Amino acid sequence: MLGKYRREVKLGVKNLLLHKLRSFLTMLGVVFGVGSVIAMLAVGEGASKEALDRIRKLGSQNILITSAKSIEEETTTNSRIFMSVYGLLYEDEKRIAESFPDIKTTVPVKEVRKQARLGERTMELRVVGTTPQWFDLVQRPLVSGRILLQRDFDDFANVVVLTEHGVRKLLATKNTIGQTLRIGTEYFEVIGIVQNAGVIGGDIQTPDQEIDAYIPISVAQERFGDVQTRTVAGSQTREKIELNQIIVQVGSIDQVEAAAAGIEAMLKRFHKKVDYRISVPLALLRQAEATKRTFNIVLGSIAGISLLVGGIGIMNIMLASVTERTREIGIRRAIGAKKKQIILQFLIETVVLSTTGGMIGMGIGILIPWIITQLAGMPTVVSPFSLVLSLGISMGVGIVFGIYPAIRAANLDPIVALRHE
Amino acid sequence: MISSNSNGIAAQLIDVHKVYRMGTQEVKALAGVSIEFEAGSFWAILGPSGSGKSTILNLLGCLDRPTKGRYLLTGQDVSTLDDDQLSDMRLGYLGFIFQSFNLILQSTVSENIQLPLYYMGWDPLKSEDRAMELAKRVGLEERMNHRPMELSGGQQQRVAIARALANDPAILLADEPTGNLDSATGNEIMNLLLELNRQGKTIIMVTHEPELAEFASHRLFMRDGLIERIES
Repeated sequence: MLGKYRREVKLGVKNLLLHKLRSFLTMLGVVFGVGSVIAMLAVGEGASKEALDRIRKLGSQNILITSAKSIEEETTTNSRIFMSVYGLLYEDEKRIAESFPDIKTTVPVKEVRKQARLGERTMELRVVGTTPQWFDLVQRPLVSGRILLQRDFDDFANVVVLTEHGVRKLLATKNTIGQTLRIGTEYFEVIGIVQNAGVIGGDIQTPDQEIDAYIPISVAQERFGDVQTRTVAGSQTREKIELNQIIVQVGSIDQVEAAAAGIEAMLKRFHKKVDYRISVPLALLRQAEATKRTFNIVLGSIAGISLLVGGIGIMNIMLASVTERTREIGIRRAIGAKKKQIILQFLIETVVLSTTGGMIGMGIGILIPWIITQLAGMPTVVSPFSLVLSLGISMGVGIVFGIYPAIRAANLDPIVALRHE
Repeated sequence: MISSNSNGIAAQLIDVHKVYRMGTQEVKALAGVSIEFEAGSFWAILGPSGSGKSTILNLLGCLDRPTKGRYLLTGQDVSTLDDDQLSDMRLGYLGFIFQSFNLILQSTVSENIQLPLYYMGWDPLKSEDRAMELAKRVGLEERMNHRPMELSGGQQQRVAIARALANDPAILLADEPTGNLDSATGNEIMNLLLELNRQGKTIIMVTHEPELAEFASHRLFMRDGLIERIES
């Protein structure tokens, strides 16, 4: 296309360069319009990608069932000696695993808060009692050593896998492997270190905190029991929870919702109170995607408005330019230029103007997210699609807002235009 | 009296009327004009303002269409052509010289001379050669890269003449070509036009100065939209 109109584009560029400042100011609207669109999309894309990644990490084929104090219990546990009993039972896991053919794996999770001590350092750990399958469902790359194996589970072995972060806090290095870590009153052998994922935010509770210690669930049950006593502000609270979480994985994404509904119905039958919560990462994923769409529509509207304003700016200047160049238009028409050649000349000027603005805007739109990432550490993603879209839109703005001034120029009566002072 | 043979006739007006509408009023600019302009002749059109001489020039220049009557340019009837076709006629057969030169100020001398060639779609290199050739013809080959504002009035009009000649037109139309020039420079320009006429160009010039009309071989006097008399 550029080849066909090479001479026209050259002429347009030349005319625009005659008034460098004016041309520059004229295109600023498009520059900032396009720049802000790309930058906002990049920030939004980065943020939603982060959220979606987090949810995906939970596994779109997974269903998370978490113990939660029921609302009525919450309001009646003021008593100091009262022990609240709630949550998922060992039985629940077995029942779920046996009742649904779609379910591939179930992983029980038991959490206990315990003081840990390695050498001189002590700190509170969240001890996660689970099965080896946990490491399949929640992607957690091994840094060194090994993960829990079935035999640890069967042998009631006092072994522990730590997260990288936890290891660092405990002032340990890789030769921690094989050392003895005291958790509560028990001694555990450190057998492996895994990477810690980012903190899972929002609604979803997973045994996924930064300072976790993973031990076989059989050991957790055996050594730490089901009752936890916590002292808060002088008063003791005692809670009896068998399982804090059950992670269920089904064979395929299509089965997730049906299985979740089935599990809910079953739990309702066996639990008097609603002392559990079912969350489906797939549903969260869909929700996040819907949110992202809404976000994109809002951004699109802002982009539309800013480009509209930019376009109006261009049209305004081009109308002034047509008036200013009335004589030139008359001369060209007298010499033999057709109306459509005049239209083309002015249209190409506006398109060159808006496209140049669009390209500068692209530069700004790439630079701003980069600066944000550098300074604020926020993830940003400049998608190639947004660049192509913005460039297309800025060309479109040139055509849409250039056509009226161009037609006005072409429709000038050459006799009148020649006499114009 | 009207020759059907257009050989040797550059332009011919046949009972041409032109009516302008000014608000609710109709202004008769031409009220039935018939005349032939032979190829190779040099015409001066004279008359007081409002006599219709500018209207004739606009019609001859295909910038306007007659309300009634026919206009044959090199034998082709152009009175019914549409806007694009009129543009083609101007580009193909006509050259304009204006009182105020009407050069494109942001373009160089060379670019101004090449303007008709640009619209004719000439190859840029050939077009530049042609511009140089034309500039030599009007004595401006040293000024090709200057802009019009850097030239004197006489030089600017020479550029305009070179531009008008670029498409090798059948008729050169001049509207008060010396109106913005002092008399010495004006004489130079008139001599250049005379020279072009001697080389065979048909020239039709509108003027209100009788002494300039003396350069022409034919003089057409207009009054109230009609031909008053013709002198040869």
